[in-house]
Amino acid sequence: MDIVYTIWLRNVKRYLRSKSRIIGSLGMPTFFLLVLGFGLNSVVSLPGMSHGYIGFIIPGIISMSVLFTSIFSGIQIIWDKQFGFLKETLVAPVSRIEIMLGQTVGGATTALIQGIIILVISLFLGLRISSIPGFALAIIFMTLIGLSFTAFGIAFASRMEDMHGFQLIMNFVVFPIFGLSGALFPIDSLPSWLRSLTMLDPLTYGVEGIRYGLLGTSQIDPVLSFVVLSGFTIFMVVLGAYLFRKIST
Amino acid sequence: MVAIEVENLTKEFNGFVAVDHISFSIESGEAFGLLGPNGAGKTTTMSMLSTMLKPTSGRASVHDFDILKEQDDVRKSIGIVFQDQSLDEELTAYENMDFHGRLYRIPKNLREKKINELLKLVELEDKKDNLVKTYSGGMRRRLEIARGLLHEPRVLFLDEPTLGLDPQTRNHLWSYIDRLNKEKGITIILTTHYMEEADKLCDRIAIIDKGKIIALDTSEKLKESIGGDVIEIMSSDRDKIHSVIKAFSWVKHVDVHNGSVTINLQNAEKHVAEIVNVAYDNGIEIESISIHKPTLEDVFLYYTGRTMREEEASSKDRMRMMHKPQRR
Repeated sequence: MDIVYTIWLRNVKRYLRSKSRIIGSLGMPTFFLLVLGFGLNSVVSLPGMSHGYIGFIIPGIISMSVLFTSIFSGIQIIWDKQFGFLKETLVAPVSRIEIMLGQTVGGATTALIQGIIILVISLFLGLRISSIPGFALAIIFMTLIGLSFTAFGIAFASRMEDMHGFQLIMNFVVFPIFGLSGALFPIDSLPSWLRSLTMLDPLTYGVEGIRYGLLGTSQIDPVLSFVVLSGFTIFMVVLGAYLFRKIST
Repeated sequence: MVAIEVENLTKEFNGFVAVDHISFSIESGEAFGLLGPNGAGKTTTMSMLSTMLKPTSGRASVHDFDILKEQDDVRKSIGIVFQDQSLDEELTAYENMDFHGRLYRIPKNLREKKINELLKLVELEDKKDNLVKTYSGGMRRRLEIARGLLHEPRVLFLDEPTLGLDPQTRNHLWSYIDRLNKEKGITIILTTHYMEEADKLCDRIAIIDKGKIIALDTSEKLKESIGGDVIEIMSSDRDKIHSVIKAFSWVKHVDVHNGSVTINLQNAEKHVAEIVNVAYDNGIEIESISIHKPTLEDVFLYYTGRTMREEEASSKDRMRMMHKPQRR
């Protein structure tokens, strides 16, 4: 555990120190919230939703923020590789699993902080937190998204030589995961072929879980959301750990 | 006591033999140098000994711990300074040290004490709370050496420790390394392609070329082994000189390479006149002629037939060829 803590500590220290990164990564989610939220609030009316469109997308934008931050944290291993720091960690008498877990928990922590900042911003945009258990549930779902997608980033980073593949992953993996997740639209009203695609997207369950926690309503049973997302998290951590074991400097 | 034992260690990358059945052993407390041009296999050897890379065949042990079977024990007993920088620039010097100490599970009290001690040793104590990205190249190197020593390893690996540093910083680092070896009795294994570095720091030197050890001994003995003196002749007619000179019985070895002819022999002073006469008789024009005591450069030339610089130019092409398919 002390090794996991050591790696976690480094990640959090680096995160808190890079003010530009914190502010920079808040830009897009805030922009989405304002533009989509206010822009579409009056035109879009959702059946059975009392919070308006802006209330509807807040959980989606929080998920987006957590998703992007965590994948980026995972992929950061490539920077460590290129700047040589990874060697220092790999040559120490510690197991790769510990390193990978530390990295995962560290990335998830930064992603969670990022998500909470968006949540706080949302409070100024009309979000009302009605119940503490609901809020706690939202945090749990945010944590699960953070853990699973940091591990996801690590899995990718373990197979990548340098940062060139990063753009590819952003465009062909991260954006589709976000776009298909039901962060921006209700999945019930989708055509059935598209709906089945969204049901295959693990982030859908995260978004729906957070939505249930914050708004009290969701289109997927929160128990199902929790089970699926937990399963996905375990799977990604195992896969990430497996691929990280074979990483070479 | 033996610190490092290497037997027929071999590493192949997609059919390219980077390290070719090398064997040597290093005594505890010794400073041992692997000298050779870039791409000779020095770093690959280091990587295998530090358990970062699995050998294709052969075996090696560090303090009797097998590099394949007892990886963690090997890792605990060695400290490494890599060829490329391996510090976290976003952390301070102290935090880099602290991270290392925690990774090696050094208890808090001891960790703090050792970090301050070592930062003092490498004269970075007053800058310990500055971010590493504000450090100069020499300071970074010193910090890496201090970090490598934090867990009190008995063997310190230094991979090109002074590469890219200015001469003054280099001298400074040499004195640190020498002190670690002489005063603290830490076994040192270093790779370098600077002759002077190997000459100055190492008790014994292994000259490595194309993955093979071609000579291994103390610096003095290596130089003695190629004959007492070296005569170097600059001329446009090098091949002709070569064919004329090699007939003499007192010539131990002649080499032709870019720009000059190098002759290894005993008592050079006696034979200079003879060489000039013979050249004159054969109508060969000599631009200049010089006598010097052998250097490690001459030793390298003697055993490989090439100077280190020539070797580096060709090995760069080889590396390029080797790395291209891997990148994909």
